[in-house]
Amino acid sequence: MSTVSPAERQVIIIGSGPAGLTAALYAARANLKPLVIEGIEAGGQLMLTTMVENWPGYRDGIMGPDLMQELRVQAERFGAEIIQGDVSSVELSQRPFTITVDKTRYTADALIVATGASAKWLDLGVDKKLSGRGVSTCATCDGFFFKGLPVAVVGGGDTAMEEAIYLSKLATTVTVIHRRDALRASKVMQDKALSTPNISFIWNTEVIDIKDLDQGKVTSLVLRDTLTGAKSELAVDGVFIGIGHTPNTALFKGQLAMHDNGYLKTHDGSRTSVIGVFAAGDVQDHVYRQAVTAAGSGCMAAIDAERFLSGTLHESLEAVEAGL
Amino acid sequence: MASEKVKTFTDANFGEEVKNGVVLVDFWATWCAPCRRIAPIVEQLAEEYTGKLTVAKVDIDENPMTPSKFMVRGIPTLLLFKNGDLKETVVGLETKDRLAQIIDKHL
Repeated sequence: MSTVSPAERQVIIIGSGPAGLTAALYAARANLKPLVIEGIEAGGQLMLTTMVENWPGYRDGIMGPDLMQELRVQAERFGAEIIQGDVSSVELSQRPFTITVDKTRYTADALIVATGASAKWLDLGVDKKLSGRGVSTCATCDGFFFKGLPVAVVGGGDTAMEEAIYLSKLATTVTVIHRRDALRASKVMQDKALSTPNISFIWNTEVIDIKDLDQGKVTSLVLRDTLTGAKSELAVDGVFIGIGHTPNTALFKGQLAMHDNGYLKTHDGSRTSVIGVFAAGDVQDHVYRQAVTAAGSGCMAAIDAERFLSGTLHESLEAVEAGL
Repeated sequence: MASEKVKTFTDANFGEEVKNGVVLVDFWATWCAPCRRIAPIVEQLAEEYTGKLTVAKVDIDENPMTPSKFMVRGIPTLLLFKNGDLKETVVGLETKDRLAQIIDKHL
């Protein structure tokens, strides 16, 4: 941990999920000595998963945290430097770009944004207040506390199904609450969840309140049928929210072009609206959102950054020659 | 790797240990990935606040009673005690700066 981090870098990568670490691997192998600022959710979403069965090359699957550890060590082997810390601000209006981490300022000739996406909350207010008191977005972290108790999972995608399946081994019953009448999850995950005896489903229903703030813990959910409007209450000790993700783009507001949903806009590969700033992974992908596509786009961003840097180098050499 | 400044509390000694001064307790488990992310931050805080703050960890697998008593139902959770009274609860990940601000309020 005693590595000296020169503050002036050719390439800085923000984020350390599959996109950030693959970008680091490629940039390191291109001898750009990239600095990776890992962020508060270091390792990204795979750190919160269990078995990853769709990462090519591991025919029996690999645990999410183990895969991230492999990627990390692989990037470091070629000279990537990975530091703890969360970027507090970026200044992209002039090159080199300035990236501030707590009180330390770094500059970079090229920047790769791989800040990913974070779990979405229900937007009820009460769900965040009861976070760690029965409301959770991470079954593998918090499922332990609900051994032998009834829980609910909100959502109908792969995340929600993975949470439900994981929790079914701990909780007495898992009730999946989904606002549509069909699951969005992949066929494999659907089949697994639908065939698990202690997982049941409530369709066309949304959560409108979580009780009980006064007791400081979850006691029940207030539900509303989206077709009839009928309200009901479901007694549970825990509720796990798996309704999707929001991109971590707050840092770049007003500096990088975004879609209406907050995801970064990219063009011609990984280029963002600012020359020299590239984006990879879930922060710019609301369609595929897979570890392997994130890794692929991380590779693209590193290659784009490398070509950009060598291009500017040639331009400045030409300028020097012209001046002579 | 682990700082010697971070103590280990158990169900048996918890009440006694948080009785005096300002004490920051990190509830964690070996299988909790986010706990591994906050551990080095907690260690750094222990180093930086030596003499002013007691920093400790509780393994929730080995000590189920204390988390249950304080209604900890998610980890990582950090609890801050002052002279035995619970003053702050921090659930999930936070930056070191933010944690330092929370601690400073009670010193």
